[in-house]
Amino acid sequence: MSETAAPARGLPVVGRALLDGFVRRREASVLLVALGLMFYFRAASDVFLSRDNLVNIAQATAPTAIVAVGIVLLLVSGEIDLSVGIVAAFAPFLLHFAIDYYSVPVLPAFVLALALSAFIGLVNGFIVTQLRVPSFVVTLGTFFAVQGLLLMTSHAYPVPIPEPAKGRFQTWLGAGPWASITWAVLIVTVFHVILTRTRWGLHTISVGGNPVGATEAGIRASRIKIGNFMITSALGGLAGIMEAARINTIDPNIGGGTTLTFAAISAAVIGGTALAGGSGTIVGALLGALVLAELQNGFNLIGYSANTIFLILGLAILVSMIANQYLSRLRRAGRS
Amino acid sequence: MTAALEVRHVAKRFGALTALRDITLHVDPGEVLGLIGDNGAGKSTLIKILCGFHRPDEGQILVNGDEVTLRSVDHARSLGIDAVYQDLALVNELSVYHNMFLNRELVRWPLLNNRKMRRRAEEHLRDMGVDLPDVTVEVAKLSGGQRQAIAVARSVYSDARVLLLDEPLAAMGAKEGTMILDLIRDLKQRGEVSVIIIAHNYAQVLDVCDRVNLLQQGRITFDKKAADTSLEELTDLVVAEYRRRR
Ligand SMILES: Nc1ncnc2c1ncn2[C@@H]1O[C@H](COP(=O)(O)OP(=O)(O)OP(=O)(O)O)[C@@H](O)[C@H]1O
Ligand SMILES: [Mg+2]
Repeated sequence: MSETAAPARGLPVVGRALLDGFVRRREASVLLVALGLMFYFRAASDVFLSRDNLVNIAQATAPTAIVAVGIVLLLVSGEIDLSVGIVAAFAPFLLHFAIDYYSVPVLPAFVLALALSAFIGLVNGFIVTQLRVPSFVVTLGTFFAVQGLLLMTSHAYPVPIPEPAKGRFQTWLGAGPWASITWAVLIVTVFHVILTRTRWGLHTISVGGNPVGATEAGIRASRIKIGNFMITSALGGLAGIMEAARINTIDPNIGGGTTLTFAAISAAVIGGTALAGGSGTIVGALLGALVLAELQNGFNLIGYSANTIFLILGLAILVSMIANQYLSRLRRAGRS
Repeated sequence: MTAALEVRHVAKRFGALTALRDITLHVDPGEVLGLIGDNGAGKSTLIKILCGFHRPDEGQILVNGDEVTLRSVDHARSLGIDAVYQDLALVNELSVYHNMFLNRELVRWPLLNNRKMRRRAEEHLRDMGVDLPDVTVEVAKLSGGQRQAIAVARSVYSDARVLLLDEPLAAMGAKEGTMILDLIRDLKQRGEVSVIIIAHNYAQVLDVCDRVNLLQQGRITFDKKAADTSLEELTDLVVAEYRRRR
């Protein structure tokens, strides 16, 4: 690597080495985009960097980032989950049923809701690995199935947050201004370490990069994939419950569904995770989620209508993905 | 002497295709067995059965005289059997040293002990005489021969008692090939490791092996000490069948 080749000949050399090391990092390009957008919107609107608006951006970033963590794990292991958003919509109802119908205390109910979410991931993973159906199809199926369950059990009506869950639980989980982003950063940090520094992460990369080779080396690919499906669903459930806590109601139509899934996939890909499997970055996905939130929020402040923002968002996603592809190709060619 | 690894009447079918009909062979402790045969004869299939990747449809496998059912690659490895696959089983996206420790990572729980793995990988490759300046590069960036050297190093330094090498020299240059053959000779001299090696270069086979088996149409059709046979005989055997059919 070039760090060793750089003698201490004053700042320019050190600076170039730092810059070099920075550009080589996969997250570099999306970080630049996030910063660039920040400057642009700050110039366009004075309130963009006000405290209240930063809270808005943080709260929009968090659920996408949390779900994107799971999506990155799955993409790296060569799979995808389209059902995670509807799991996010379903999980707060599971919490509500447990507390209001079965009088389960709040914390166990919370754990139960996450466990049931993870179970949906288990089903996904089982069908994908044991019955050998592509995850795209399987999770499309679970998406509709869970949506059916959700609409049947909730009758498509919102319900209030259960009384015992109000107060500290709700504040800590999502209602507090910085609660959700704190959780998101925590989760991103933990899973970034898992992906880059543990056996689980190494094996996740292996089964996505070379499925046959990984199995030949004795890695249990099914176990890794099922685990990642379960993590993704559980994170989806968590994001859904956090959103419910934040908007102070459990609504089957808000806080989940395809919007959340697609935002998370976009965040992952904008962040630099390839759809082909074998490589990806969780920190990049957080930055990707930030970019999406900035775009939405910034153009809103400037005064575009919601419909125009969809168009801009779509174009921005395309542009950043193209740029990222291009940059990562450059990066690959440059590295010795 | 009980064989380090023995195979009795093993058969393997892939759907309608019978890859192995009736294989019986053995390798003694400290012995190097050469396995030769046409493309598609079933050599790799046999290796994959012996290392726990495939399950045989019939027959028995004995390790040190005890019959075993190899449940998984990990299980075979725990019995001291390790393989270098023909496709090498390397993950392009991972660094050289992560590949060398794939699924036997050194861990300081809960994290990987990267520093130790990197140092060991450097040592092993240096011992082998592989010239690789940096073990942190992605395997994707290496040449075919370098990749093969890494796959071989991974198994050789795994303290296996039975090594299965599926064409470990296929992509090697003359010098590097000699290096690997020397390595196998070293292992043989220490007398602790048994080796089954598949190769298409019969000169190399005769050079390094104690005994040679020929696999044809899913059966072992020839079994002789390397000292009792010759390059001409092996070539004739393999080509004769083809000539006969023409
Ligand atoms: N997983 C599999 N599924 C179906 N058929 C297979 C599979 N693996 C091998 N075969 C078939 O089994 C036969 C033996 O294959 P194998 O790879 O063992 O040959 P080989 O002796 O190693 O040949 P080569 O010298 O070309 O490596 C071939 O006809 C091959 O098509
Ligand atoms: Mg073969």
